[in-house]
Formats: sequence, structure tokens, C-alpha cells
Amino acid sequence: MVKKNTINSAIRYIILILVGIILIYPLFWIIGSSFKQNIDIFGTLNIFPPKGRGTTQNFGEAWNINNRHILPFYFLNTLKFLVPKTIFTIISSTITAYVVARKKFIGKKFVFTMIILTLLMPELAFRIPLYLLFRDLGLLDRYASLYIQDIFAAGTCSFFIFMEIQFMRSIPRELDEAAVMDGCNELQTLFYIISPILKPIIITVGLLCFMWGMNDFQGPLIYLRSPDKTVMSMALKQLMDGDSMINYGKIFAASFIALLPMIAIFFAGSKYFVDGVASSGGKE
Amino acid sequence: MKTKNSYITYLMLAPWFLGFVVFKAYPIIISFWYSLMEYPILGDPEFIGIANYKHILTDDPIFKASIIGTLKYVLIGTPCVLIISFIVAYVLNFKLKGVNFFRTIYYIPSILGGNVAVSILWGLLFNINGPVNTILNIFGIKSIYWVSDPTFAVITLILLKCWQFGSTMLIFLAALQNVPTSLYEYAAIEGVSKLRQLFSITLPIITPMVLFNCVNVLVKAFQEFNSAYLITKGGPNNATYFLNLYIYDQAFQSGNYGYASALTWILLVIIGILTAVVFSSSKYWVYYSD
Repeated sequence: MVKKNTINSAIRYIILILVGIILIYPLFWIIGSSFKQNIDIFGTLNIFPPKGRGTTQNFGEAWNINNRHILPFYFLNTLKFLVPKTIFTIISSTITAYVVARKKFIGKKFVFTMIILTLLMPELAFRIPLYLLFRDLGLLDRYASLYIQDIFAAGTCSFFIFMEIQFMRSIPRELDEAAVMDGCNELQTLFYIISPILKPIIITVGLLCFMWGMNDFQGPLIYLRSPDKTVMSMALKQLMDGDSMINYGKIFAASFIALLPMIAIFFAGSKYFVDGVASSGGKE
Repeated sequence: MKTKNSYITYLMLAPWFLGFVVFKAYPIIISFWYSLMEYPILGDPEFIGIANYKHILTDDPIFKASIIGTLKYVLIGTPCVLIISFIVAYVLNFKLKGVNFFRTIYYIPSILGGNVAVSILWGLLFNINGPVNTILNIFGIKSIYWVSDPTFAVITLILLKCWQFGSTMLIFLAALQNVPTSLYEYAAIEGVSKLRQLFSITLPIITPMVLFNCVNVLVKAFQEFNSAYLITKGGPNNATYFLNLYIYDQAFQSGNYGYASALTWILLVIIGILTAVVFSSSKYWVYYSD
């Protein structure tokens, strides 16, 4: 019996490790290839450069894309819309979720239904009319076009509102009642009493919003036009289109630089990501 | 006291309401109106009734290629992602040491998934001299033109979708962890085999999450853009010219906002029908404990 169990768990570990290698190999391939010379990249599975042929030159080249620096320019541009986007998303989603989860008001059912409905609606449905609306509002080629919706809890906020509502259901209502007895109004209750408890879910929302924004390619592609507003995702695409197409080492190095902050953030907050996603599907 | 409080309630809800009207309700209504128009970049929009729809459905070979490519991607990709996610979640659910480590590792591709760098990477992995072909060569299989062969181009993109099974898997795993262990203990006493337990206990109990994941993956797959735009550029021969790409080109490259809106509505109707089919079939296979 004991022996059978050991064999069983050995098989399971082998499956898990094999799947893990398939999933992670591509990422190590990026890292390895960014230290290789062009001719050493293809035709081999070895992620390490051949002995004595490793190079850091690719990073020097990748530092410059279209005469602009990758981190001080493109990454900074990304932050210019991403930081306000994340802050607005957290504030507007939390306020909306709080009202819907914990307050009684006329039309509550309608509001909740609409949040779910907008959550289910494909994002694509809104693209063209929003573009035309933003054009008429003079928002084209401005970073604001990428975060204005989040100020008003629209855009991808429905998902975060839903997540926070789920979370708030587990917080005892007595807390709110006690706060009201002590003379807090709704805003004060939310800010002083509920927010501290919400910390883990707020971190999850912030991290997910940040990562999704970083991945967003179609948004900047549609809304940002001028070269001095180019964000990281666009810069990478231009690198692939550009004359450096043959210079794979440079492409790998730039991809590595682009993914590095995301991987760092992921490992720093992996607990929040994993728990957040697992609970978003759960009916608590 | 009470009235003052409810006044603040509505004030706190006001931003959401404004956002809902301006960024959700208005766009969806006006979008249908646009689909009935000839709406060029310059000049005034002109009402042309259902002409856009008529042209798309009867006289647009690119739409036909596009819809075939999209359906292939969605209808093959969705089951693949669901099956892989479930198997991995099932294996992870056994009490093994280091499960948290694997859980974290498996989730990385999902979180990086939509990034342009990943799409670039994928194209190079499936390059004619890339690692994937190198592995095939080791097994004596000839190199495949993954990106430039119409059949394999779709497969390349489906494989990228499968690589990002992490979040779907995590939702399955959470559901599996909620299955009461007493059920398994009872089954073990009765001498029910592990395989029977899987099909008679585990699967029925998590069917609500199968439904949730299925709809979620399906709706997302219909809107795939990045990988097709960056890796295969819609080609070869429009094999991966997914509807979202076609809509993007019509709207933002050619400036045919009316035509693109009509395409969007057709895609929405297709998504709606398929989702409705999944939902209405669910009463035959989804099991609700309460």
C-alpha cells in the first residue's frame, strides 16, 4: 500500500514537472537568447549560449528603439496612463462595490444586474462607438483616453466591482452598524472601517488592473498616435516591424526587459493574484 | 439622519451611473444605429438601412474566410483549454508537497499572456528553425511551416491559447478544493474506483464551474486580437484573419465605421447564440447542490 502511494505521487510529480517545463521553457528561452549572438539562437534547444560566445551587446542595442530609450522613455510613457488608471480603478470600484454590497437604496437590483450585464458584454461591442465619442470629445492621442472610463467605474471595472462585492459579503454587517452608531456617514464608514479589511482584495484589484494595462496593446494602438506618446507594447511591435527584423538578439533582449517588471511584480504579489483569480469564480 | 445618509449613498453611486450611461448604454445603442449607416471618416454619415448587413452576409468573401477562421479557433481552442485546465487542476488537487509552487508557476503564462513580447516570442518559438521544430526533428518529424501554412497557423495560435490555461485552471482548482472529502471517504469504503469517483462525484459537483469557465473562455476567444495581429498578421490566406482583426481594419484602417459596426453586431449575435446554446444545454449537465 505504501509502495503504491509512493509510485502514484511520483507519477504525479513527473506530470507536474513536465507541464511546468513546457510552460516555463519559453520564458527561459527569451532570457537565454537575449545573451546569445544572432547565429546561435535558432536550431538548438539549449538556452545557454555556446561556451565563450555569450554577449551582453543585445541589451545595449535594445536600450535604443527608434532613437528613444526603452526604460526612461517607453516604460515611463506606459506608467503615464497606467498609474492613473490603477488609482482610479481602485477608488471607483471600491466605492461602487461598497454601495451595492452594503447599502439599501431604490434601484439596487437594477444596478447589480447592470454590473453583471456589462461584465458579460464583450468589450469589443463598445470599441467603435467609444472611439467616435472620444474623437468628438478631443481625447484622441491623449493618455486620458485610456483611463477616463475608470474614473467612472466603467471599462474593465465591472469585473473588479464584482470581485469586491463577493469579498464584502464575508465582512460582518455589525461593523457598519457600529460605525453608524458612532456617528460615521457612509464615506467615513468605508474609509475608516471597511477599507482596512478590504486591503487584500484592493491589492488584488490594483495588481490585476496594472498587469492588464501593461498587456494592453489594442488600446494604445487605436488611441495613441504621436511618436512621443508611444508606450512599451507599441515599441515592441515597432521593433518587430522595423529594419532590425533580422536582429533577433535585440528583439529578445527588448522582450526580456519588457517582461522583467511584470515577472517581478507577479512574484512579489503572487499570493494576491492566485487567491484573487481563484475566488472570482467561486460563489462564496 | 436617515435621509442624509441615503443622499450620500446616491452621491457615491453617481460616478458609476454616469459611467454606465456614457460609456456602456449609450455606445451600445448608438453602435446599432451606426451599423445602419454608411459612415466614412470624412463627410456625413448616411442612413442606408440594412445594406451593410446584406453586403456582409451575401457578398463579402473576406467575412466568410474570417468567420471560418474565428470559429475554428474558438471551437477547437475552447475545449482544449478546458480539458487541459481540468486535468492539471485535478492532478494538483491531490495533497502533494509544493502544490503552491506549481500553482504559481502555472499561472505565469496567463498573467503575461496578452503581452506583445509573448506574441513575438511565440512567433519565434514556432519559427522554421525554432525550438518546436528542433524537438520535432529529434523525433524524426520534418520541420513544419507553422506560421506560413494555413492549417498550422490556426494551430499555432490555439497552442498559445492553451499555454495560458492558468487562470481557468485556478478556478477549477478552487472548485475541486470545495468538494467535501467525506464523499470520497464514503466512496472509498464502498470500494468505488478512483476513476468512477472522478466521473460520479468530482465532475458532477464542479459542473457549475465548467459552465462558468466555458462561457468565459468562449467569449474571450471570439475577441482574440493580439496573437493573430502580431504572429500571423491574419494570414496566410486570411486563415487567421479573425473577426476582431477584420473589424479593426475596417474601422481604424479603412475608416468604414458603419460597416465595422455591422460586423461587430454580427459577431455579438454569434457570441450571444453560442452562449445561449451553452446555457440552455446546461440544465441537462450542470448539477446544482442547492
